[in-house]
Amino acid sequence: MIRENSLYGPLDDVAADAGHLEHPPRVGFFTDTSVCIGCKACEVACKEWNLVPDDGFDLLGMSYDNSGMLGANTWRHVAFVEQDIPLGGQRTGIAELPTGPSGTPVMTEVVAARLRHAERGGSELGTNPLEVHEPPQDLGMPSFSRPGDDGADGHGAEGRTDFRWLMESDVCKHCTHAGCLDVCPTGALFRTEFGTVVVQQDICNGCGYCVSGCPYGVIDRSPLDGRAHKCTLCYDRLHDGLEPACAKACPTDSIQFGELDELRERANRRVATLHDRGVTEARLYGEDPDDGVGGTGAFFLLLDEPEVYGLPPDPVVPTRDAPAMWRAAGIAAAAFLTAAVGSFLGSRR
Amino acid sequence: MSTSDVDPARLVRHGRDGRRAGAVQREVVPAADFRSYYGRPVIKAPVWEWKVPAYLFTGGLAAGSAVLAAGADLSGRPALRRAGWLGSLAALLASVVFLVTDLGRPERFHHMLRVAKPTSPMSVGTWILTAFGPGVGLAAIAELLPRRLRPTVLGRLLRRSARPAGLASAVFAPGVASYTAVLLSHTAVPAWHGAREQLPFVFSGSAAAASGGLMMALTPVEEAGPARWFAASGAVGELAASKVLEERLHPVVREAYTTGRAHRLRRCSEGLTVAGLAGTVLGARRSRAVSVGSGLALVVAGALQRFGVFEAGIASTKDPRYVVVPQRERLVQRSHG
Repeated sequence: MIRENSLYGPLDDVAADAGHLEHPPRVGFFTDTSVCIGCKACEVACKEWNLVPDDGFDLLGMSYDNSGMLGANTWRHVAFVEQDIPLGGQRTGIAELPTGPSGTPVMTEVVAARLRHAERGGSELGTNPLEVHEPPQDLGMPSFSRPGDDGADGHGAEGRTDFRWLMESDVCKHCTHAGCLDVCPTGALFRTEFGTVVVQQDICNGCGYCVSGCPYGVIDRSPLDGRAHKCTLCYDRLHDGLEPACAKACPTDSIQFGELDELRERANRRVATLHDRGVTEARLYGEDPDDGVGGTGAFFLLLDEPEVYGLPPDPVVPTRDAPAMWRAAGIAAAAFLTAAVGSFLGSRR
Repeated sequence: MSTSDVDPARLVRHGRDGRRAGAVQREVVPAADFRSYYGRPVIKAPVWEWKVPAYLFTGGLAAGSAVLAAGADLSGRPALRRAGWLGSLAALLASVVFLVTDLGRPERFHHMLRVAKPTSPMSVGTWILTAFGPGVGLAAIAELLPRRLRPTVLGRLLRRSARPAGLASAVFAPGVASYTAVLLSHTAVPAWHGAREQLPFVFSGSAAAASGGLMMALTPVEEAGPARWFAASGAVGELAASKVLEERLHPVVREAYTTGRAHRLRRCSEGLTVAGLAGTVLGARRSRAVSVGSGLALVVAGALQRFGVFEAGIASTKDPRYVVVPQRERLVQRSHG
């Protein structure tokens, strides 16, 4: 039965739509990247609590990122973006002091070269380490010259650049309309009473459809056990009235757990505060129930466009187009049958 | 700040082959400026391997052969009927092997049967195949029944139920041929989701062309008339739908189809389809050799088409531009009202 906005659009009570008649309020994460310090405590706490296998310990040439992206074995991923622009409203107090360039153009070249050799274009990151058999390359870091040195490689005041560091702890979005959940053919993925999306590991047969159904590249199939894995929003802890491990471990409250309605209010207040303080680039990502996935259960405060953090700027749940796709398939099937019948009528002997 | 002096880490521009686009590279479509997280993919590349496009092909082959076999049964063409049911069963068995072995946990394949889920094309497909398969099996076994077993009770029951069972399967066959397009399109993969309106026609046409071609190769020319018609109409449909598909795509997403391996596979498919179509229309009525040759060309073309479309999808996940550029454009358009 298709209820209103069951496939697409704003949905007030997502748990009830999934069949939970009496259920607790919808919960989620508000990840405020403006206070993230990139400590990765969330990554570690998640792995410890959920017994998630390791995904490689190398730094990837993307600043201090060593998990790359979310995947079967990375349910929290801290992204590091280095930019040569000042943080909004920031007074560094080092206007006249020399600082070094971030060296990011070099790193970008190195990363791009490694990507070309990756079997899945680098999207295996978060699931298993990138197998690249290339000799280590000199990233040009760390290379310091004495403050005030002049000349070509001197980092004197004339070579000083603006600099800001964006850090973001990414996580499964627990969408209102979850692409992974919609396409799962076994019912392994389900909507919990808390409105979150969880894989039942005893049901999943590793068909891999959810991997391609997710518009955010979150869920992946593990080569270790052949099943799909992703953040459960600590379903077990929720049952005991505890907050998820990552939120518990976050030392700056960048990761906030709570009822979704309350989190949305809090996030809007935070954006207003930041705008007042001159951080005009602060914006929310995923909190809008009118977006392509009906709003996400885990949403973010970002300081730049989503794609800078590796997030899709305008994700849409593929299920939105399900009626149109089946209509086209139906017409094609009818044409197929007509051609067959016509073939026999046309070649009567 | 202007876009000319931004840090490349913020503005990683890629050419078609993943190299950073420079002034030396000539692009059909100007490389759209976009930003990404160090050029890393936004969405996951599908975990599916070659078995999935192989199934897309054999599934279509099974469907088309079944329809031709059912028609041959009704119109009294025993050779076409026999080839049709046997070809359909062989393709179906191959399909099942491909589908099960592509799972991460093949021993759990039957978990597909614990739910019927309209929002999952794979679930819908599972049930279409479940409805389609047994009839094909029954009809094919009836064809293989040794002469001495025919008078037995079981033998007579089998031969009598073969026609209704086969016809029932033929009813589901068009679904088998076209649902696989939805299977691919119902994903976040830009090249598959973007082609959602045309892909069912490409796949159905390709299924008709390939199965008609297979029957042309396996059946004497006197009985293969319907197979020729079916193959020719399928080939025309596939060629037309394939052109429309490329035209209607977003110009950036189109590059997933018009460059690299996907492009080469689909151009080979197109060439073989045109050759097979010409042979079918011009010479297959008179010469068995021409019939076999053009039939096999269409079979191979069908396989290449599926592998080409599959590859285009994979390519469109590996480069973030296929995801970011169209979505960014949508946002810009929306903000302009």
